[in-house]
Amino acid sequence: MSSRRSHSRHSSASRITEEEINELVSKLQMMLPDAPISRNSRVSARKVLQETCSYIRSLHQEVDDLSEKLSELLASTDTDSAEAAILRSLLMQ
Amino acid sequence: MQALHFLQALARIARAAPKPAHSARTRQIRHAAYASMAHSSRSSRRTWSRALLHRLRQRQQQRPGRLLTVRRRVRIVTPITSRPEEPARAETLRQLVPGGRGMEYCNLLEETADYVQCLRAQVQLMQTLLDAFSS
Repeated sequence: MSSRRSHSRHSSASRITEEEINELVSKLQMMLPDAPISRNSRVSARKVLQETCSYIRSLHQEVDDLSEKLSELLASTDTDSAEAAILRSLLMQ
Repeated sequence: MQALHFLQALARIARAAPKPAHSARTRQIRHAAYASMAHSSRSSRRTWSRALLHRLRQRQQQRPGRLLTVRRRVRIVTPITSRPEEPARAETLRQLVPGGRGMEYCNLLEETADYVQCLRAQVQLMQTLLDAFSS
């Protein structure tokens, strides 16, 4: 049984089959936000990659936004409030 | 664990005195987010996580306020240019995934899947924290 390892060595005569590529592409497709429920719907690899790029960009943006909001949260936490006490005890673990 | 690492980093940032400016703290949190992703046990063996850590360290060594990262020497491996069977979109993906430029197409797809999963987990973690303390 051919192994599923696709870590190619430096002998780049790839043993990677088109089937393996398709499998990886459909795995990516399943991770996208509006992944089709039916497994039969075939989206082109090009489209999957395109949407993956958009998805990654939006995730990067979310990290930026959430960092901003968390920064505000840390700043606004009043030293005596109940939330501050909870936050402190959570973070001190 | 990704969550633990991030919480510990947040704790350090929260305790910092004197209190940093808002923009500096935002940068630190963002830095902690990506560092936590790279350090999570699942991903520490991945090429993208090593590349990401490398990039983060480079950024830290620069003077604060400089936004551009200077690429000194990323890898010895020459970047793999598009092969005929590779979709043109792979080039953009290579730029988005840390370390993507040196990867074989097949590895790129695998690494992308792992990277996306880590990104999602990090976003969910941060959102959960915000929700927990913003009510």
